Amino acid sequence: MATDQLTKSHQDVVILHPTHGLAALNLRDLWVYRELVLFLAWRDVLVRYKQTVLGAAWAVIQPIVQMVVFTFIFSKAAGLSSEGVPYPIFNYTALLPWGLFSKAMNDAGRSLVNNRNMITKIYFPRLTIPVASVLAGLVDFGIAFLVYIVIILFYTLSPGSTFTFHLSPALLTLPLFIILALVAALGVSLWFSAANVLYRDVGHILPFLTQIWFFVTPIVYSSSEVSTQWQIVYALNPLTGVVEGFRWSLLGIHSLPWQMLAISAGVAVVILISGLIYFRNMERTFADEI
Amino acid sequence: MNDIAIRVENLGKRYRIGTAPERYKTLRDTLVAGLNAPIRRLRRGISTGHSASGSNMIWALRDISFEVPRGKVLGIVGRNGAGKSTLLKILSRVTEPTEGSAEIYGRVGSLLEVGTGFHPELTGRENIYLNGAILGMKRLEIERKFDEIVAFSEVEQFIDTPVKRFSSGMYLRLAFAVAAHLEPEILVVDEVLAVGDAEFQRKCMGKMSDVAQAGRTVLFVSHNMSAVLRLTEETLVLDKGRLVYRAPTPQAVDYYMAAGFTGAGEHAWTSDEIPAGAAPFTPLVLRLRDNKGQVVDTLRSTEPISVEIEYRLDQPITGLRVGIYLLTMRGEYVFTSFDLDDPARFEQLGSRQAGHYISRCTIPANTLNEGRYVLAVNASSFRVKRYFWDDHALAFSVDATGAPGKQWPEPRMGPVRPALDWEIERL
Repeated sequence: MATDQLTKSHQDVVILHPTHGLAALNLRDLWVYRELVLFLAWRDVLVRYKQTVLGAAWAVIQPIVQMVVFTFIFSKAAGLSSEGVPYPIFNYTALLPWGLFSKAMNDAGRSLVNNRNMITKIYFPRLTIPVASVLAGLVDFGIAFLVYIVIILFYTLSPGSTFTFHLSPALLTLPLFIILALVAALGVSLWFSAANVLYRDVGHILPFLTQIWFFVTPIVYSSSEVSTQWQIVYALNPLTGVVEGFRWSLLGIHSLPWQMLAISAGVAVVILISGLIYFRNMERTFADEI
Repeated sequence: MNDIAIRVENLGKRYRIGTAPERYKTLRDTLVAGLNAPIRRLRRGISTGHSASGSNMIWALRDISFEVPRGKVLGIVGRNGAGKSTLLKILSRVTEPTEGSAEIYGRVGSLLEVGTGFHPELTGRENIYLNGAILGMKRLEIERKFDEIVAFSEVEQFIDTPVKRFSSGMYLRLAFAVAAHLEPEILVVDEVLAVGDAEFQRKCMGKMSDVAQAGRTVLFVSHNMSAVLRLTEETLVLDKGRLVYRAPTPQAVDYYMAAGFTGAGEHAWTSDEIPAGAAPFTPLVLRLRDNKGQVVDTLRSTEPISVEIEYRLDQPITGLRVGIYLLTMRGEYVFTSFDLDDPARFEQLGSRQAGHYISRCTIPANTLNEGRYVLAVNASSFRVKRYFWDDHALAFSVDATGAPGKQWPEPRMGPVRPALDWEIERL
């Protein structure tokens, strides 16, 4: 009784003691500090292109150059199918979520270590750092998406083009696939950023993993190239579901592969929740170990 | 009913040695250690259960219990490595205690992180918002105080310049201004006053007294005893991770300044008093000798005092200077002197070879007034590195028998008692 009143009269009493066993997820903390998440994301965006000549143009140049290169290699040289859509559009549609995911994984994976001076000196929910880092990627995604619209218009309007863009209701589902990409990115980032505090090997693994992940995701090719008996295994990569979802929603390629999407989404959620648990448990020693 | 701001019970923090910030594990180390662990355990026979309490763990803090009433300004003093910073880190929630608990009533703002989270590429304005948010301020709160913060920092005309172009003084003022406007219920201050110019320090002290007068609680950690005396009512003395004394500040400061001294007139540094960062400099002994060459605790004002610092260099150090600070028991500096103060010798001894050395100097007769003094030792290369610093190495007494003016049995003001040449001229 007495302690209850005490706590009430001082809303913000904090009791510090050693924690044992599984840490509570305590996401309320993150909500209280939501402004900090936005400030940190805003900082990441501001800082990213400071003292560069081309500035935010980099967010445009990177995917376009990738698309051009992939078109030459995989469409012209290797002759991969693009499901009846011009290959650049087919490819760029997948590069959109891939860019969001890979950037988030790489930036957020290193985010805790890059912010070690804050972690060793001030208290704030540590989750804000990787979360902000992932959110900062949305700005580049937005820019890349504008470029996408330009590419679509170019192909639709250029004379002699057989490509037409359909405004279908499926477009409305696009935000869901963006969220799925963010869930996967955040889950992976939580694992890597927390592990990076203890094991700097993560910094070496990330570029290399990004490369492999790129090729096990249907970006330069179509998932229909994968034989049917492997489709289920293939769907365990959450990015498969995201990319297929993007192509379905934006281009109407295939009918929506429900099964694949469900598996991908399930895996993404499992990664996120396990990532949260891992992060929370590692968090206690961040300031001492980083 | 409840006027407690902080309640700490049996707080302890154990660190693994080797978790210094620069070092980190690689996966390989863990794998190797993981593979070896069972073998080691087998060799040792049946596991004793807690290998964690082995010799590679140290308690940075142990069995600390205290309460701080709301609105109190509490000083915390202790030598280097006494656990002051660890205590503040736990109280500001940066790190978790290993045992015990602490209850904190209200928002904690700490000035130990002045400028943390500042990004050099961002402008002053952007950094105020960012830093404010990191310290736990809401955007509206920052907006409300923005002008006040800028005015306090005196960097108005540069507020839209990236802070990487700021002078270090401007940077510090801006950073302090943000932290100082946090208005926490509990303010934790760690040695920020050691940096910045005199004007800045005066401002910081002013802000701290304001905070205290507004009825908020302040924890003040400093090596500057006069600041502790001026600002705090009560002081905790920490030594080797334990709370050894708590008293009204004047007593606590006296206790601290006198503590740990055997009165032998010499201090031999033990390995746990020497931080790892001191290498290749290893301090050995600090000694005081009287006129006859005896190592003594009480020296005469009328005789010269010889001060010896014995040390070892494991590698040559360029630009090394070894010196002393003399302080009163209240922590006020009397003088500073280095073994290369003589420009000619400084030119000649640019690099000091590895070896075993003694740097010796003489405090001339008729220098010090009677009383008790503290010697601090510093070994550094100017603007390169401070290898070793002990602000509290040795205390000694000066006896003024036979000193000028001793025919009047009265205490003389001031720490020095020179024999001045007076002339009395009748006009």
